[in-house]
Amino acid sequence: MRRRIAAEWKVRLLRIVIAEDHALLADGLNRLLSAHDCEVVEIVDNGPRLGPALLQHRPDVAVIDVRLPPTYTDEGLRAAIDVREQLPGLPVLVLSQYVEQLYARELIRDRAGGMGYLLKDRVANVGEFLAALRRVAEGGTAMDPEVVTQLLGGQESKLDSLTPREREVLTLMAEGLSNAAIAAALYVTDKAVDKHSNNVFRKLGLTVSGDANRRVLAVLAYLDGQGP
Amino acid sequence: MAQTSSPRSPTFVGPLTRRFRNLGLAGALIGVQVVGTVLFVLFIAAVPLIFLTVGLPLTVGVVYLTRYVCDAERFIFRRGFGVPIDRPYRPWPRGHLGKQLLVITKDVATWRDLAWRAVNTTLGLLVYTVYIGLFAGAVMALAQPFLWLGLPEVFDNYYGLFTYDSFGSGMLLGGAVALINLTAWWSGGDAMITGYSKLSGVLLRPTRSSVLEQRVERLAESRAETVDHSASELRRIERDLHDGAQARLVALGLNLGMAEEVLESDPDTAARLVSEARHTSTVALSEIRNLVRGIHPPVLADRGLVGAVEALALAHPVPVTVHAQLPGRPPHPVETAAYFAVAEALTNAAKYAHATQVSVRIEYFTNRLGVIVRDDGDGGAKTTPGGGLEGVAQRLDAFDGNLTVKSPNGGPTVIALEIPCVLEAPPPS
Repeated sequence: MRRRIAAEWKVRLLRIVIAEDHALLADGLNRLLSAHDCEVVEIVDNGPRLGPALLQHRPDVAVIDVRLPPTYTDEGLRAAIDVREQLPGLPVLVLSQYVEQLYARELIRDRAGGMGYLLKDRVANVGEFLAALRRVAEGGTAMDPEVVTQLLGGQESKLDSLTPREREVLTLMAEGLSNAAIAAALYVTDKAVDKHSNNVFRKLGLTVSGDANRRVLAVLAYLDGQGP
Repeated sequence: MAQTSSPRSPTFVGPLTRRFRNLGLAGALIGVQVVGTVLFVLFIAAVPLIFLTVGLPLTVGVVYLTRYVCDAERFIFRRGFGVPIDRPYRPWPRGHLGKQLLVITKDVATWRDLAWRAVNTTLGLLVYTVYIGLFAGAVMALAQPFLWLGLPEVFDNYYGLFTYDSFGSGMLLGGAVALINLTAWWSGGDAMITGYSKLSGVLLRPTRSSVLEQRVERLAESRAETVDHSASELRRIERDLHDGAQARLVALGLNLGMAEEVLESDPDTAARLVSEARHTSTVALSEIRNLVRGIHPPVLADRGLVGAVEALALAHPVPVTVHAQLPGRPPHPVETAAYFAVAEALTNAAKYAHATQVSVRIEYFTNRLGVIVRDDGDGGAKTTPGGGLEGVAQRLDAFDGNLTVKSPNGGPTVIALEIPCVLEAPPPS
């Protein structure tokens, strides 16, 4: 029924695989996503099943909890990284109760885009969560503001030359927002954001291609101390 | 035994130097023994006088000084003869003299010291003087003919056994005596004195039961500290939860309850209340996250000590390099203790020492986990009571680990910890 309506309105349903072992949360996510133009094709509740499920369904985006049975350590994270070796760029949005810069680094290592790393709490802010989900599904990036704060915190000296506004723009770029989205978030014009972002790149000595995804990855790599 | 080796003649020169050194040591031991004998005699004199005014302080004083004399001998035996002897003493008791006397008479080490003094005064002195005497006798026998040449009336006979009438015969005698003496000194004398030094250990070292007693005392102390520490940690957690997350969840419930009430009559207010509730839930989660991180960081459970330290290094404002060589995972409590030690050291490096570079080294050797944190900051780090490093040291103590802090003013600071443990073999990957 939903498919037919969606087809009529020419809205393409996003196909999603959820990997979450906590039943309440999985159910909540399912309902949330189903109510917003998404089709949940499978809910996986353990690590070993995740890889095969992703390969089988090839979803538009997978929402994966880091911590899954049987080891309850970082199964979800590892499965996400492994599957992306076989299906490069398969969009994954990794959720966790806590964020570690170390894990963020592992996720962006393959530079393939279509990756998100968010605190589970963010799910409560439905608008932002869905925006992040769609961004990742389209090949973009969604990095939790906490991780970005940690990354920025480690680079104080390099960021001295930026104005407060430029820092704001840099932060939102690192989170994965496009210029248009940044403009909306900061209540400024697109042109202003362009100017700020160019200044940021110039001051940090980054030369980045126009591709938005590559830009984010370059910024993240820079903040992570890895160079462009 | 430190064998001095020489490039020229390793088989001969080494033993020779050692024996000459032994001569010197024997002389030193005689000197120490003289003092010891004086004390021993005083002790014998003082004991009957204990109940008179002078006897008590004299006895206590003598026992106290005898400890130092025995320590001197332990030092000589350890450094000179390579016989390691531990000090068997507990700390000197406090209180008035009578109480001190009671405590030391109950200590078996006191009696062993005195027994040693008796043995050393007799047997020991004999050994030392014979050892020196053999050598001195040889020298004297060889020297006497020359002295006779100079002063014929004084040095005219050798112990009444032989009269010097010519230099030649005197030298023959001297040679013969020297030969006998030196042979005896070289082999027999050496064996005698090294044997005696080993014998000294029998009385000077702590008895097995006192070693065990002291270990039990240390363990009981450390366990009491650990229990204390755990109890206060739990109290802190309870307090943090009560004041933090629990309070917020109550507020959240309140907001939702109020929203329910006005949902139909005042939807705008309801919407605002619900939004506030959502925000409060985020804050509560954040507080719980921080609490958990202070108890047992999830990354430590996921990735083990090395991974968790790497995560710490990454998040640290100052560049931190990590070198780790661990063929397996230490037990969880050991990992936790080591992790928090590194976290403390890193925090101090950034906050107080203004370091620009930190390095962390993690190794495992001879059944011990070793971690060294080195920073190039201003130094001056100390384990002050109640401070972070002191807490780390106490935590390590519970595992028989130890913490050393080398932090001269001006830097650099090196914090090293060791914990004996057994590693789990890593799962086959």
